[in-house]
Amino acid sequence: MSASGRLAVRLKAVPRAGNEDREREDAVARAPSSFDVAFDRVFRALAVAAAWGSMLLVVVVVYEIARSAAPAIARYGLGFIGEKTWDTNRETFGILPQIFGTLYSSFLGLLLGAVFGVAIAIFLSERFFSSMLDSLLHAIGYGEHPVLGRLPDQLEAALKITIELLAAIPSVVYGLWGIFVVIPMVRPMADWLNSHLGWIPLFSTPLSGPGLLPAALVLAIMVLPTITAISRDALVAVPPKLREAAFGLGATRWEAILAVFVPTAATGIFGSIVLGFGRALGETVALAMLAGNANVVSWSLFSPCTTLAALLANHFPEAGAVEVGALMYAALVLLGITLLVNIAGAFVLQRAEAGLKGLR
Amino acid sequence: MKPRGHFAGVGVGVSEVDVSQLDRSLRQPRTLFSFIMTTATTVMTLCALLPLFSVLYLLVRRGGKELGLATFTDLPPAAMVEGGGFGNAIVGTVLNVGIATLISVPIGILAAIFLAELGSNSRAAGAIRFAAKVLTGLPSILAGVFAFAAVVVTTGGFSAPAGGVALALLMLPTIILTAEEAIKSVPSRMREAAIGMGATPAQVVTRVLVPTAMPGILTGVMLAIARAAGETAPLLFTALFSEFWLSSSSPQFLPKTVGELMRPTPSLAVLIYNFSSSPFENQIELAWAAALVLVVLVLLTNVVGQALSRRSGLR
Repeated sequence: MSASGRLAVRLKAVPRAGNEDREREDAVARAPSSFDVAFDRVFRALAVAAAWGSMLLVVVVVYEIARSAAPAIARYGLGFIGEKTWDTNRETFGILPQIFGTLYSSFLGLLLGAVFGVAIAIFLSERFFSSMLDSLLHAIGYGEHPVLGRLPDQLEAALKITIELLAAIPSVVYGLWGIFVVIPMVRPMADWLNSHLGWIPLFSTPLSGPGLLPAALVLAIMVLPTITAISRDALVAVPPKLREAAFGLGATRWEAILAVFVPTAATGIFGSIVLGFGRALGETVALAMLAGNANVVSWSLFSPCTTLAALLANHFPEAGAVEVGALMYAALVLLGITLLVNIAGAFVLQRAEAGLKGLR
Repeated sequence: MKPRGHFAGVGVGVSEVDVSQLDRSLRQPRTLFSFIMTTATTVMTLCALLPLFSVLYLLVRRGGKELGLATFTDLPPAAMVEGGGFGNAIVGTVLNVGIATLISVPIGILAAIFLAELGSNSRAAGAIRFAAKVLTGLPSILAGVFAFAAVVVTTGGFSAPAGGVALALLMLPTIILTAEEAIKSVPSRMREAAIGMGATPAQVVTRVLVPTAMPGILTGVMLAIARAAGETAPLLFTALFSEFWLSSSSPQFLPKTVGELMRPTPSLAVLIYNFSSSPFENQIELAWAAALVLVVLVLLTNVVGQALSRRSGLR
């Protein structure tokens, strides 16, 4: 019996439900028809084109923005980066306060977001929540209960989803919330710090409403889910044998976490922080709503500030031709900074993945 | 030998163990440290949840108060005028996101098919994957800047397609990366069975891989849509905003000519952004109501998307 004949017999013997006529027709082996071949060629070509197109998109985005910025680059040169004024009437443009504000607010937001984000990643990856609930249930005697006994796992999953939901809230909603909740909340504290410790540069100005601190707080909330999700993945990927070895040697839970799990996952955690930084640098509307949009370079936490993204958001809709050029230049600078940070982050994470392979 | 640390008794005969040494006592510095750290992380996790609940609580309290049928059917009110709604902004958001979905989903899934199956091990795939990862980090405002330079300037005005292109640029990497994962997670025996039966690569993909991976692909699409619906920055100077319906003839919410499509298009996100800085109480209240609608839309899309992939009983 020929090979194809055997295949057909075998296939016919397979029990099948419903659609019998169609399946029998399919089961008989035949060479691809010319339509099949043509479809295959076209489909593959489309897939290749889409894939290359997606990659070219990065190049096109950079090219398109750079092309639009070219006249402004020619006119203002590198002095653009060091200039402090943005004056449409005199056509004097510079983005020093914006660059400073972008970096400073992102750094502050990241500081807070990273501390909380990594702590929560540990909390989730070590399943603290379900083990706490579990011991609680055992303490009151319901540990093996058929319904209640499953509760810890379900609540743990719910907690993870809830943290992820933080990322789902649109940034414009965070901005709105920041205006009506965060600013009134931090104001008394800011005023007290300013009047009592005003000699410290960090507290040297009063908070007049929008300012760096509320912006950084909201930024921290917005980068936290990114940092938590990627750090958690890195911590979960720590090989079980390392985990077991640490506990086998008698380490307490936190000794194991700090001496073994976190160092093993360090590259991944670092990558998550770099990517979080990228997020923070590019965040726009929440900052445009909360930072105050003043061309100020100040180390004070309570001073209004501005960022590159906020500058674009505020000036673009009503800009004339000359200002659009300058804005494109600013966009190019922002693009350069974020691309660098994101490429670094993606690179670090790739290294982290490769590094863990050796341990497994 | 003096037992040191609370595990020191292990390995000795059970009868010789000082049982009190094995108790977990907070007087041991190591245990105390563990306890403090556990408490600290627990408190920090709870703290991180506070903003979420605060946002949701305020949305329901301040936004829910305004919500009524009129908010869905009326146009935004002028300053100081009572009532009004954001019907046009809801339609505008659907239009912007719809255009973005039409652009990004076919390209994204085709690119994912290339990455996961047709060219999975090629050098190009690595580079494309890296480019997609870098694109995920593209600031949303720069997607707007790109669409401004590429679409608004060439077509000569702010429009829904310009907004759609900006949003599509943000949706694309999410769709590519999640669809790739979904297609890769199809058991290789299914792929091999199809190849073994003589299917062409395109048939393997369209008849076996994509249908099987569909829940995962849809999850990615839904997540991308949820993200796009909430984006403000890319729309600010691409779709801009409009106080009016998309069409002047009935039914008013549907643009019927190309000219009507190429007009500034309102959206919920930009409405919230514009009204949040309004000095007029009624517009601020409307911003809260719009925020409630937007968040419900986004969260629903998110939850449905994640439920899709969790329910698919692959393997």
